[in-house]
Amino acid sequence: MDLKLTPEESSFRDELRAWLAKNAPKDWAEWREKPLEESFPYLRAWQRKLHDGGWAAVSWPKEYGGRSATLMQQSLFWEEMARVEAPPMANSLGLGLIGPTIVACGTEAQKKRFIPKILSAEEIWCQGFSEPNAGSDLAGLQTEAKLDGDHYIVNGQKVWTSYGWVGDWCELIVRTDSSAAKHKGLTAFLVDMKSPGVEVRPLRQMTGESEFNELFFRDVRVPAENILGKVNDGWNVAMSTLMYERGSYGARLQLTFNRYISRLIELARSVQRNGRPASEDPLIRQKLAQCSAEIEIMRFNQMRAFSRISATGVPGPEGSIQKIFWSELNQRLQQIAQELLGSYGQLLGGDPHAVDNGLWSYGYLRTRGNTIEAGTSEVQRNIIGHFVLGLPRSY
Amino acid sequence: MQFGLSESQEFLKDSARKFFVGECPSAEMRRLMETETAYDAALWSKLTDQGYTGIIYAEEYDGVGLGKVELMLLMEEAGRALLPGPFFSTVVLAGSVLDAVGSPAHKKKFLTPICRGEARATVAILETSASWNLRDVQLTAAHGKLTGEKLFVSDAGVADFILVVARNGVFIVDAKAKGLKISPMLGMDLTRKLYAVEFKDTPAEHLGPTTNLPRTFDIASAALAAELVGGMQRTLDLTVEYAKTRKQFGKPIGMFQAVQHQCADMYLETESSRSAVYYAGWALEESAPDASTAVSIAKMYASDAARTVGNRGIQIHGGMGFTWENDLHLYYRRAKASENAFGDATFHRERIASLVIDAPGVTERSA
Repeated sequence: MDLKLTPEESSFRDELRAWLAKNAPKDWAEWREKPLEESFPYLRAWQRKLHDGGWAAVSWPKEYGGRSATLMQQSLFWEEMARVEAPPMANSLGLGLIGPTIVACGTEAQKKRFIPKILSAEEIWCQGFSEPNAGSDLAGLQTEAKLDGDHYIVNGQKVWTSYGWVGDWCELIVRTDSSAAKHKGLTAFLVDMKSPGVEVRPLRQMTGESEFNELFFRDVRVPAENILGKVNDGWNVAMSTLMYERGSYGARLQLTFNRYISRLIELARSVQRNGRPASEDPLIRQKLAQCSAEIEIMRFNQMRAFSRISATGVPGPEGSIQKIFWSELNQRLQQIAQELLGSYGQLLGGDPHAVDNGLWSYGYLRTRGNTIEAGTSEVQRNIIGHFVLGLPRSY
Repeated sequence: MQFGLSESQEFLKDSARKFFVGECPSAEMRRLMETETAYDAALWSKLTDQGYTGIIYAEEYDGVGLGKVELMLLMEEAGRALLPGPFFSTVVLAGSVLDAVGSPAHKKKFLTPICRGEARATVAILETSASWNLRDVQLTAAHGKLTGEKLFVSDAGVADFILVVARNGVFIVDAKAKGLKISPMLGMDLTRKLYAVEFKDTPAEHLGPTTNLPRTFDIASAALAAELVGGMQRTLDLTVEYAKTRKQFGKPIGMFQAVQHQCADMYLETESSRSAVYYAGWALEESAPDASTAVSIAKMYASDAARTVGNRGIQIHGGMGFTWENDLHLYYRRAKASENAFGDATFHRERIASLVIDAPGVTERSA
């Protein structure tokens, strides 16, 4: 066990830090609160800049435009990005989930065709997995594809699709064999969102925004060459994508959470409670300490998980404790913010009395989604129960 | 950066596990807990042969010279076996107080016999206030003598000497000294006995000032948290095994999500405690600027987690979990005792608050 940076890690960090100091935009704070539709060109330009500097996909193999960065270097990458409060990249699903899946499961032709434009943000990717009747039970999905010559014809509906409204391409999981067992009749396709028959509708969520979309497919023709992986092996392709999702997301949240807790501590000093600053109130102190300790533990868990993955190459089911940990912690953190702010906590952005322009009322509502998206807490506990602890499958 | 254990650390952990499984199985642990002091000379000499009694101390005192991460690993395995007797009191607590407070001459005289397995010792800290805050210590030595009482002194009944925390320094008292009365307190943890220690004009030798005590308390807190991790792991293993084999309604109960999800939470709590303990061990070893915060995080989290893991384990075992013959309650008892020792979660949260809220900057990260 040695938590000091190796010379390679130090030089990676120093190079990145120098690059960010020169290139990271200074005006992100002005854009952050705007609707994604408005800020998207800004994020696209930022990703292109990172790509030009060779920083868009550090985890990817060098031959595909990455830096073959180790997990520790990836972790440093997100730390440094968060340290300078850099904006996210436009093509975050393409870079984080779908690109790596194409690299792992795709043909050479697919890699050549898709990878460069994922990196440059020329083509934005979305993910067509969940359906109205297939959420946690993803393998029960009903969207189907039927072979017709050298094409497949796709019919069905997807839901909770991030970036659907701006997506050029979609990693779509569909049923290709309805007679097979439900996990075995699925196939992953790379679908052009401009194909005739694709319709995208916004899905308004409880925060009032529309981060997600519903996708409708009516007789959409997809060339057979756009199958990702093998026919009827879509479950494994989807699982490999979801592993990336569950494994990498927590790493990026680390410093966001640290920024939140620092701000809460600052607020606690300025808010009065029983005639003294809330930061001197024993109960508030207990809660802030618990929260800040858990943020650290999330970091330790992440470092440990990364060290473990480094040995095997792929994220394992241990990622599930991270998903539960950060999502539930984020909800507790938001509740502490509400307790600190009292009546002010409910004020939405735009109200002149709102604290931090409504960041905390938004966060309170938005974090309810954290324990649902990317695999519900219940599914994560099933995964730990069955795959980690070896208990019999409960479903 | 590498959070995983090195090959030699894996080896140490693995051999410690095998050692405790072989030398201190459940039946032996239960036999010792029924004895007056839970100390066994034969087991002690085997611990010594392994080098465990001198694990973190310098070779000049016949120690092995390993680091705090190694200590965490050993304590984790000791906790997994619920090792009875004065190992923590002697090696971790008295040893690190001697190491941090004593002069080289004191160390030669008192630490060397500990490393060699020739002496048992403990540290007397708490008084009637039962406060872990050093400011609340009242006992004061005068003219080389102590008069007063210490409570909750672990393993005093088998100690050859007792280190006593007083207002004006740390003192060392021979167990056979005049005016010393050691009487058992009936604690919940049957494997680590507690005593009240009364001094009446008892001769005491000055060891050194109390300045360095907080660091030794940090080592003790982290070591207890490591023990708790081992106890949690054992509780989890026993519970998962039970959930796989116990059938109701014709199915293993582990198939029911109400049971399975509790096991998942036990796993999350155990692993998160382990991460926090390993980090604390590393931060102590490196004297990192955030070492004290890291220790409080580990002790806080593991104290709460050990209790909830125990709660869930007993609940999942149903009626079996409530019986004397099942080992779970023995771990549960230890968890409660260790939760309180060196400050419970509330105590450590306040300490974290004072480090993080009141003095930002102090906790600058080391990794």
